[in-house]
Amino acid sequence: MSQATTTVHAEHDHPQFLQHHFNDMGQQFDATKIGMWLFLVTEVLLFGGLFVGYGIMRAKHPEAFMAAHHQLNRTMGSINTIVLLVSSFTMVMGVWAAQTSRKKLLILFLVLTLLCACTFLGIKFFEYQHKFEEGLLPGSFYTHQGDTVPGQFMFFSFYFMMTGLHGIHVLCGMGAITWLLRRAIRGDFNASYYGPVDLVGLYWHLVDMIWIYLFPLMYLIS
Amino acid sequence: MADGHTLTATGTTALAHGDYLDDPKGLMSWLTTVDHKRIGIMYLWSITFFMIVGGLFAMLIRIEHLTPTRTIMDAEMYNRVFTLHGAIMVFLVIIPAIPASLGNFALPLLLGAKDVAFPRINLMSLYLYWTGALMALGTLFMGGVDTGWTFYTPYSTTTGGGVTLMVFAAFVLGFSSIFTGVNFIATVHKLRAPGMGWFEMPLFCWGMYSTALIQILATPVLGITLLLLAMERLFHIGIFDPQLGGDPVLFQHFFWFYSHPAVYIMILPAMAVMSEVIPVFSKKTIFGYKAIAFSSVAIALLGFLVWAHHMFVAGMSIYAGAIFSFLTFFIAIPSAIKVFNWIATMWEGSIELRSPMLYAIAFLLVFTIGGLTGLFLASLSTDVHLHDTYFVVAHFHYVMAGSNLLALLAGLHYWWPKMFGRLYNESLARIGCVLVFLGFNATFIPQFIMGSRGMPRRYYNYLPQFQALHVASTIGAMLLAVGLFLTLANLLASFRRPKGMVDNPWGGKTLEWATSSPPPTENFEGQPVPLHGPYDYRAVPAPIGSEVHTG
Repeated sequence: MSQATTTVHAEHDHPQFLQHHFNDMGQQFDATKIGMWLFLVTEVLLFGGLFVGYGIMRAKHPEAFMAAHHQLNRTMGSINTIVLLVSSFTMVMGVWAAQTSRKKLLILFLVLTLLCACTFLGIKFFEYQHKFEEGLLPGSFYTHQGDTVPGQFMFFSFYFMMTGLHGIHVLCGMGAITWLLRRAIRGDFNASYYGPVDLVGLYWHLVDMIWIYLFPLMYLIS
Repeated sequence: MADGHTLTATGTTALAHGDYLDDPKGLMSWLTTVDHKRIGIMYLWSITFFMIVGGLFAMLIRIEHLTPTRTIMDAEMYNRVFTLHGAIMVFLVIIPAIPASLGNFALPLLLGAKDVAFPRINLMSLYLYWTGALMALGTLFMGGVDTGWTFYTPYSTTTGGGVTLMVFAAFVLGFSSIFTGVNFIATVHKLRAPGMGWFEMPLFCWGMYSTALIQILATPVLGITLLLLAMERLFHIGIFDPQLGGDPVLFQHFFWFYSHPAVYIMILPAMAVMSEVIPVFSKKTIFGYKAIAFSSVAIALLGFLVWAHHMFVAGMSIYAGAIFSFLTFFIAIPSAIKVFNWIATMWEGSIELRSPMLYAIAFLLVFTIGGLTGLFLASLSTDVHLHDTYFVVAHFHYVMAGSNLLALLAGLHYWWPKMFGRLYNESLARIGCVLVFLGFNATFIPQFIMGSRGMPRRYYNYLPQFQALHVASTIGAMLLAVGLFLTLANLLASFRRPKGMVDNPWGGKTLEWATSSPPPTENFEGQPVPLHGPYDYRAVPAPIGSEVHTG
């Protein structure tokens, strides 16, 4: 990108974070960005299989899915959607802070993003707890009493698979942001080196976007 | 680009360090290396090991079929043996065979790069491969797996044994494959030597790029499918189990959405090797560079639209079947374009029948038989009769196993001097090639005949009328095994020769031949720049041995 100032013969002024097999920081930035986009493609396809399975099973059992989704708490789901959207905003502000060498702002925005992620998982925890108490569990673990429509366990199979896999991705994202935070405090990032912040940001937006699809599919069936 | 002999600024004398094999020394330096060449070599030995394991299971199958009834094992054991043969050969051998070993070794060299884009992820890919391999072997201690490598539901969700572990093994191996794919795409995009445009890359790189596209776009779908299958076994989530309201055919769709493109993960790298070997030993510029390059990409993309031709008799709509049949015929076109271009490359070339070229010609024959028999299976009406017979078994062994194996051996004999700086015994290599080729055909041509006469696949017993053909197939398999062990022994025997005697034994024009053999750890001294195209043989061809130097 634009900060590519070093050249092929960079032995004397070798940038601190330039890996040995790249010629310059620009090449390294572009290559890692391609790598991250490719990884995100694989993530979309991984979740894509679940979305297709969900669509087909919902088409086969529309009444069961309809009845089962009333067990979800729309308020909690909506709050979580807003929390994740805000976290995407703080993340992108973090990238901006790194690009403009604002160390303190970068740390602030990373902490805010982490807090949003914690809030999301906290709310998710209370939602899961309610499901466990009611026996609204996947497959053969489904023990909920008093259903009028049979086959609701299938909805909860998908609910737990999809939100669970998404939750694991949130946890991984939190790990990555914590790593960024440590490096940001150390002062690694500035206008000429902010690649990791940018890449984790991309990943975080994808995690956010998957939730934006999950929310209506799970909570807003009509 | 008009002339020019050498491609690097410096020659191949007096390196600062030793070559990559010795610098640094020690087992730990290998296990923690991020050098693409070392990772490629470790993949090569791992794949060789599992090819022997998978081959032993194949021999057990063939020995069992010497008689129409029980020969050496019972029916349950037979199911486990053919499952492990398939699972090991597909996930541990054929899929990584060329990209992870030869691709890892050669791709950065061909591009004039120091390494792949993400060396640590490359090493992680190898460790995931080992982890997945151990898990797959671990199923042996859990009563084995008897589902066939395709894990079809509902049988796979109800049978016992180590299915869940095997499924997780394939999941882990999928990530290993994805990491290789991500690396190759980023490497081709960003690490080409200065001045090397997309159409100045050696065609091997186009092949690896197309393979990587499929690895990235298809493997995650297999990942989630296997995860769903494991969840079905552990929690009975209901998606594939008809008793719970699920759909077992959905599993087949999911499975083949990956596994059909996966057969192009197996064949595109083989084609990539052909595009290097054939011009070098024809001493002629490749014919139809762009046609070969684009047909690789076309195969990668069209490969996603044909998966349901595995399911013509699975109760699918006849209209969907007709569309998938048409698309399957359509994908034969880019494959044929490649074959015609290779033949046109050989036309009026000065062909040297060295062992890599012999393997390449064997590949052309085997791949053509495999491709043409595929047309019978792509036609709806003939497929109804041939489905699940030995005809299918023989067909996919021709395209997946035979073509891949011959191309792997072509590439291995071609790059062996580059990898280890030593030449093998050429006469023995040729004898090995002939044995492998004859053995392979002797194994599977009888299976074509049996299949067309109605011998079903995966059956433990068979009617006595098939015995002669089964025995012929078993003899062929033994011949194939002899050829492979001879080839392996011949390659290993080259280690007794002194190292570093051959820098460019074939007179190759691509960048990897512009550095010493074996290359130094950093691949090249300085940044190499291609001064002519990768297949520019218009200059006086370098005769064999002219670039051999001593010391």
